[in-house]
Amino acid sequence: MSSARALTALTRTLKPLDAYALGLGDDALIASHRLSEWLTRAPDLEEEVALANVALDQLGQARLLLGYAGRSSGLSEDELAYQRTDREYRNCLLVELPNGDFAHTVLRLLLFSAYQRQLYAALSESTDSELAAFAKKACVEVDYHYEYAAGWTLRLGDGTEESHDRAVAALTELWPYTAELFAGDELVTTLAAEGLVPDPERIQGSWMEQVTSLLAEATLGTAPSGDWRPNGGRYGMHTEALSYLLAEMQSVHRAHPGATW
Amino acid sequence: MNTRISARQLVCDLPDPEMPWVTLGDLGIVRSVECGTDGSVRVELTPTYLGCPAIDAMRADAATVLTEAGYRVESVGLRLDPPWTPASINEEGRRKLAEAGVAPPAHIGSRVPVSLGVRCPQCGSIETALLSRFGASPCQELRRCTSCAEPFPAVRS
Repeated sequence: MSSARALTALTRTLKPLDAYALGLGDDALIASHRLSEWLTRAPDLEEEVALANVALDQLGQARLLLGYAGRSSGLSEDELAYQRTDREYRNCLLVELPNGDFAHTVLRLLLFSAYQRQLYAALSESTDSELAAFAKKACVEVDYHYEYAAGWTLRLGDGTEESHDRAVAALTELWPYTAELFAGDELVTTLAAEGLVPDPERIQGSWMEQVTSLLAEATLGTAPSGDWRPNGGRYGMHTEALSYLLAEMQSVHRAHPGATW
Repeated sequence: MNTRISARQLVCDLPDPEMPWVTLGDLGIVRSVECGTDGSVRVELTPTYLGCPAIDAMRADAATVLTEAGYRVESVGLRLDPPWTPASINEEGRRKLAEAGVAPPAHIGSRVPVSLGVRCPQCGSIETALLSRFGASPCQELRRCTSCAEPFPAVRS
């Protein structure tokens, strides 16, 4: 059996809490990669440094979560990051969408960091001491990400006509993808009942409150409504954007498997 | 044996890879150094930020310095709880940071970001303003002195 097929089998048979951590780790890893695509392309030096730092924080979180997720199955963080195919990734769709313009990146970071903020705050109460310790630490970092995104959302929303229009366009595109963040499934429900992970419904309320009040302050109006709520990321059903992202992210590892320096 | 520098001292005296004018001990990131009776050592460090790129270098440095001193290194692990905060930096570390032009964190013991009281490491004025929450390393931010106009890095509060 090839190592790729062995991995497929393993990610399907991860223990429930490991599978959950893999989803959160994949969120952080893919978010980190998208943010790092801004390097050398950011509007100015301060934003370059800021986006790179947020990407680095997300990468650090991904490393710990993937390390945790793979440990009991003998899979390293690198194997999980570089040897899985798109169908084996468990991230939410929101983080994999292409960057778009700066407004798109800022609005996505706003929605995503507000989610991570609520999630990690609740996860720090987990009965799993390792995940709780991780979340307690990550929570402080995500506060900075939210603060950055919120500052720019206010400036763009309440800025010029063009910045406002671009922020509205970004919000309209991104909003439907936020439903997936709180769509619980059997895995999450079971773990939440045991006090191991947060109940998604519980964090959705505080997320919504935080995000909608900020959007109102930024003169971006109320959140778009609509019935289209794409999901499937947690089961490996992704947009084609993830396949291209992984092709680039994994290219060096796949060209030189096992290389060290 | 008793002339040997203690394992803890060796690890605490290591320079930070990104801010080499302060030691790991000054920064408060050495959580424990336990020596077994058989000469084995177990070390626990805590990262300032989870993505701190220097943490791997710190772990390697700790293993190297202990091995060279004749200890048998069993593990150099990470401990996240309780999380590192800027309040973990000792007085010596705060003094060295300021001397090197990096303002030490303003407020000790609080997680609430405060902009008051970050002194300009050049002229000593407390009239300073935030330029960006993000700087040259995950634990730093960029500030500017409104008295002498110099920009400077500061450890995030």
